[in-house]
Amino acid sequence: MLKLKKDVVVIGGGPAGLAAAVKVFDNGVEDVMILERDFELGGILPQCIHNGFGLHHFKEELTGPEYAQRFIDDVEDRDIEVKLDTMVLDVSPDRKVYAMNREDGFLEIEAGAVILAMGCRERTAGAIGIPGTRPAGVLTAGTAQRYTNIEGLLPGKEVVILGSGDIGLIMARRMRLEGADVKAVCEILPYTGGLTRNVVQCLQDYDIPLLLNHTVTRIEGNERLEAVEISEVDENLKPIPGTEERIEADTLLLSVGLIPENELSKKADVVLDDRTGGAIVNEGRETNVEGIFACGNVLHVHDLVDWVTQEAEIAGDWAAKYVKGDMRRSDSKIKINAGKNVSYVIPQNIELEDKDRKRIPLYMRVTTPLTACEIKLSADGEELYSFNEPFAKPGEMLSVPLAQKTLNDLGKIEEITVDIIEKEGE
Amino acid sequence: MSETKTLTCVACPKGCEVTVKYEGNEILDIQGNACPQGADYAREEIIAPTRILPTTVAVKDGALPLVPVKTTKPISLEIIHDAMKIIGKTKVKAPVKIGQVIIENILETGADVVATRDLPKKAG
Repeated sequence: MLKLKKDVVVIGGGPAGLAAAVKVFDNGVEDVMILERDFELGGILPQCIHNGFGLHHFKEELTGPEYAQRFIDDVEDRDIEVKLDTMVLDVSPDRKVYAMNREDGFLEIEAGAVILAMGCRERTAGAIGIPGTRPAGVLTAGTAQRYTNIEGLLPGKEVVILGSGDIGLIMARRMRLEGADVKAVCEILPYTGGLTRNVVQCLQDYDIPLLLNHTVTRIEGNERLEAVEISEVDENLKPIPGTEERIEADTLLLSVGLIPENELSKKADVVLDDRTGGAIVNEGRETNVEGIFACGNVLHVHDLVDWVTQEAEIAGDWAAKYVKGDMRRSDSKIKINAGKNVSYVIPQNIELEDKDRKRIPLYMRVTTPLTACEIKLSADGEELYSFNEPFAKPGEMLSVPLAQKTLNDLGKIEEITVDIIEKEGE
Repeated sequence: MSETKTLTCVACPKGCEVTVKYEGNEILDIQGNACPQGADYAREEIIAPTRILPTTVAVKDGALPLVPVKTTKPISLEIIHDAMKIIGKTKVKAPVKIGQVIIENILETGADVVATRDLPKKAG
């Protein structure tokens, strides 16, 4: 068995892992290694060939592969060590990483700090339990994206898409452009799960119908999918009898949510948040296990890669500080609560000392679409201040700053709560 | 007679709701955009909508069978399917470099179709 020692080990070479590793290096901790299970770096970005990436981070519009290339170049310029085709099997709470690949065999890496950046995976047909048969032609939107954009295989000719997540919307356009007949996108909720811009440029541009309050209630076909039955749902999301409609299709794409991939985190005793499916972290993106950090979609599912980069850089900064012995905890831990209309807030805790920082960004999602709303912060029940937002959608992450000065002025507090409230009369 | 349309700007993921008042091809008023790009988007969207076209091109002897490409600037939404036909017939030889021009001035739009990643030759 090959035994190595590294200051920082980054698990996952997607956008989160790449940005985190670069940040660790730029903070003077050059003994950093990226472990990636695929044959190349970039994670999911190489198959996201559409444009729309980088508007925040680079102030220009890039495609997924182009966005990835910038970080791959950064990693290569710094000669950061990368192990490709390497599967991580286990991570221990004392930061030993066990992995294997064909070149080294079994590896044990003793890490000063570990950054978890394994991303997420798609929820499947099995996970949502659609009645009917299980023929070929039922696949997740991301799998279809890989077939279409990387392997050059068109998954089908007559397509129905269940779920209006961004990948589903993007694939509706993609398959239409490649000549498939995309018959409908069904969304069980009364609103879309994806970005509004994707509804416009992927569905409206190509006259693809978006059926809100609709779901697939039956799958038909033996060898290959022949048809799906769709139904309207009531306010409890239960199919309404009598609204069934049969649509002939050879392909059903599922875009019904993403699940952070935390099997390794659990092995390291990392405690997960039920709401995000990712770790509970402090503002340095450190988990409950000392020296183990998490960022990107493994922590919570992001809508924009730009925010993944931002979060990875935070994790990279603090992991470097941790390794250098520069990370200090305050005496008290402030819990950040998701209040009214808020599904979650990242970070869940504030506990690190940082004299230089002016503010701590809080990232959150609403539970339901709101217009003309106020994001209110309160400390131990006392209102601090609020921010106005013209609208808020569950598919689009919000961010507000918590000023360090406010924290200093408050002294010792137990918790900060974030509520998002619709303003009346507007 | 003037008409009013509310559009969702797709210039960035913020997705501003922009309201445009127009008469024929004349724009009378634009409201709701957070930045100048929103006004440009709304103006174009009424007169002649355009989009960047991201797709793939077949590769001969590449490490992968396809290389992703895009148009260097937005092209008219009306000719997207025509552009796809031309791109679909194109095959490029590996290795491909990011930014490499695959099709020059597609359909006289002034936009080139360029590769959006490096793609090495197939090993062996």
